[in-house]
Amino acid sequence: MLRFGAIAALRQARPAAAKGAVLQGARAMASASDAVTIDLGENVFDGYNIDVPSSKLTMGREELVGLYREMQVVRRLEMASDSSYKHKLIRGFCHLCTGQEAVPVGVESALTKKDAIITAYRCHGFTYMRGASPFGILAELMGRKEGVSKGKGGSMHMYAPNFYGGNGIVGAQVPLGAGIAFAQKYRGEEACTVALYGDGAANQGQVFEAYNMAKLWDLPVLFVCENNKYGMGTAAARAAANTDYYTRGQYIPGIRVNGMDVLAVRQAIAYAREYAISNGPMVLEMKTYRYGGHSMSDPGTTYRTREEVQHMRSTSDPITGYKQRLLDNGVATEDELKAIDKEAKKFIDEELARAKAIPEPAAAELWDDVYVAGSDVPYLRGRVPEETHYYS
Amino acid sequence: MLLRTLAAPGRRALGGRLLQRAAYSAAVDGAVEPIRGLELGVAHSKLLLRSVAAVRGSSELQALGVADGETRKMNMCQAINDALRLTLASDATSVVFGEDVAFGGVFRCSVGLASEFGSERIFNTPLTEQGIAGFGIGLAAMGHTAVAEIQFADYILPAFDQIVNEAAKYRYRSGNEFNAGGLTIRAPCAAVGHGGLYHSQSPEAFFAHVPGLKVVVPRSAVQAKGLLLAAIRDPNPAIVLEPKILYRSAVEEVPAADYVLPLGKAEVLRPGKDATVVGYGSQIYALENAIQMVERDMPGVSCELIDLRTILPYDVDMVAESVTRTGRLIIAHEAPRTQGFAAELAAEIQERCFLRLESPIERVCGLSTPHPLAFERLYMPCAVRCYEAIKRSLEYSP
Repeated sequence: MLRFGAIAALRQARPAAAKGAVLQGARAMASASDAVTIDLGENVFDGYNIDVPSSKLTMGREELVGLYREMQVVRRLEMASDSSYKHKLIRGFCHLCTGQEAVPVGVESALTKKDAIITAYRCHGFTYMRGASPFGILAELMGRKEGVSKGKGGSMHMYAPNFYGGNGIVGAQVPLGAGIAFAQKYRGEEACTVALYGDGAANQGQVFEAYNMAKLWDLPVLFVCENNKYGMGTAAARAAANTDYYTRGQYIPGIRVNGMDVLAVRQAIAYAREYAISNGPMVLEMKTYRYGGHSMSDPGTTYRTREEVQHMRSTSDPITGYKQRLLDNGVATEDELKAIDKEAKKFIDEELARAKAIPEPAAAELWDDVYVAGSDVPYLRGRVPEETHYYS
Repeated sequence: MLLRTLAAPGRRALGGRLLQRAAYSAAVDGAVEPIRGLELGVAHSKLLLRSVAAVRGSSELQALGVADGETRKMNMCQAINDALRLTLASDATSVVFGEDVAFGGVFRCSVGLASEFGSERIFNTPLTEQGIAGFGIGLAAMGHTAVAEIQFADYILPAFDQIVNEAAKYRYRSGNEFNAGGLTIRAPCAAVGHGGLYHSQSPEAFFAHVPGLKVVVPRSAVQAKGLLLAAIRDPNPAIVLEPKILYRSAVEEVPAADYVLPLGKAEVLRPGKDATVVGYGSQIYALENAIQMVERDMPGVSCELIDLRTILPYDVDMVAESVTRTGRLIIAHEAPRTQGFAAELAAEIQERCFLRLESPIERVCGLSTPHPLAFERLYMPCAVRCYEAIKRSLEYSP
């Protein structure tokens, strides 16, 4: 995917080694003069049958600012999705992660590109963090041919290298994550798979099937529950007998993480990744919050109060909180961060404008990729006999 | 009435005791008993390649270049084992997993593989059908060849969502970035005489409804080996439903070499001019017997027998060509008639051959009841019911 703008340039300019091996990268940074040690404070982690990660971490200044930039881009991306939906440029289902940005950004910052991610339908942030451009994501949302899935997937079905989607069926991606992790282990790769699901999906039977297989075979998989407190419109406690999702692996150790703190997410994933590669699965619960409704057709205010949403925005916002942390630790100045905000907005505006200009895929694409070309069925039917598509 | 026929004491004298049990006769009272000493079932089938000479004479195997090579006598179970062994030996990414498969599986199809290829590649899963399918899709998405066994086709339904929504659509919805093409799911299907509700079903029509999948049902050892290898190597997710009654009973000389039979290609098992008779899997042998009875009772008549082999995609061209010549079509399968695969084929053929049809297309299927334990003989689209349907078709007058 082509990338435009200063942010895209910065993303590309990020040293490959730092993305290739974040831990080593972080250590290298730590030895540099611009390294900053940050105390995450108390109670950011709860452990279940395992010690929690250190609450102190040291990172380079540039990397710290980079996390801020990425969260801003993800938020702007979702704002652009929101407005495009309201302008009827995006149709169908669309689930935004506004409020939850710290999870995709924090998870990705602790992984290497050899690690795999698979998630559910709230996937725009992860798709971007895995390397897709906002242009490709927005074009996909609008069903345009240069979208990340050629316009044929839409909001729920976005992919990137080692990002296995983008899955529409609640909980169905979790056993796939176990399979992906098995392949990594089979090949002897030093890599893990992060399989994400929501607090609603946590009650699906197949999640427990996947837990069992993963522990039985000690697969390097991190089961990450993004607990945003509501499964669609049902409060977690009304659906789950045990809402301590990090303990629900029973025989699998777990960590609960403040999912509104990007550094806590990063620290926990880095710790869990090391653990998973040498020991086997772990269950992580990211306590987070979505500001919008479950999807675009849900105003998000019938099962919770406006005050609750407002309260979360003003006290727990992942971007505002992180901004304050950067200022408090002298990592960046107010002006620098403001410049990033502006830059992010401009970047997304440009990407959106480009995406809007792209046409829809040709109608003939309807028939492509049902089967591998050359191994197709002889024909697929259209609306009328004349439309029957013959492959050979 | 039907039960009375089955219990008719006079029939004991007509053939062997076992044959009578397998006959599933549904002849109506007063009719001439249609079997009349005919030896029924796969054990007496003339369709199997029982000798080396038969293998040498097979035009399809000749075309594949394996007709003249070494052969080994195998039942269908052993042929499947052979296909799995060839896969594991030739493809380092391939793994075989399922409930009890490391011990050989309940039908012994994977026996010996774990000791030969190691427990990293042939392993038992928990009783987790949905998990097995999802796990296999993840593995296939990483470029592996994943051969999963679902212990009985009746148990595949917890995995239905994974197969239909994840495996079949992965390629399309990702714009060809990811796929589950390396996934093959094997499952024993169909009646076995005593399986009852949950060890007898034939769920092929559910999966034939899903673009993105391939669905295969072999009829014999030679077929099972070539079709399973084809399904495994096909770059699309495939389901191979193996009629479990054939595991031991369908014995053939099987080419030892590695060979792949075409998916989506039916086979004319015996040519005929008056009616086209279509089936797949173990149903083929009931149809073979039905045709024998028809040709005996109606001298001069000949019926063309076609094995579809692949249910999705199915070889409609071959069936249409045949029906264009014969003007009559009889389709049979064990799954219930309502919304069964025969309905799809019948609809397609009436569209393509409307003016050539001499009689209504006949469907001989399982009853639209659960697959019964005590009444399996009544449920089955047995040779006699097929015989009656073929006769009805041939004797039809508007």
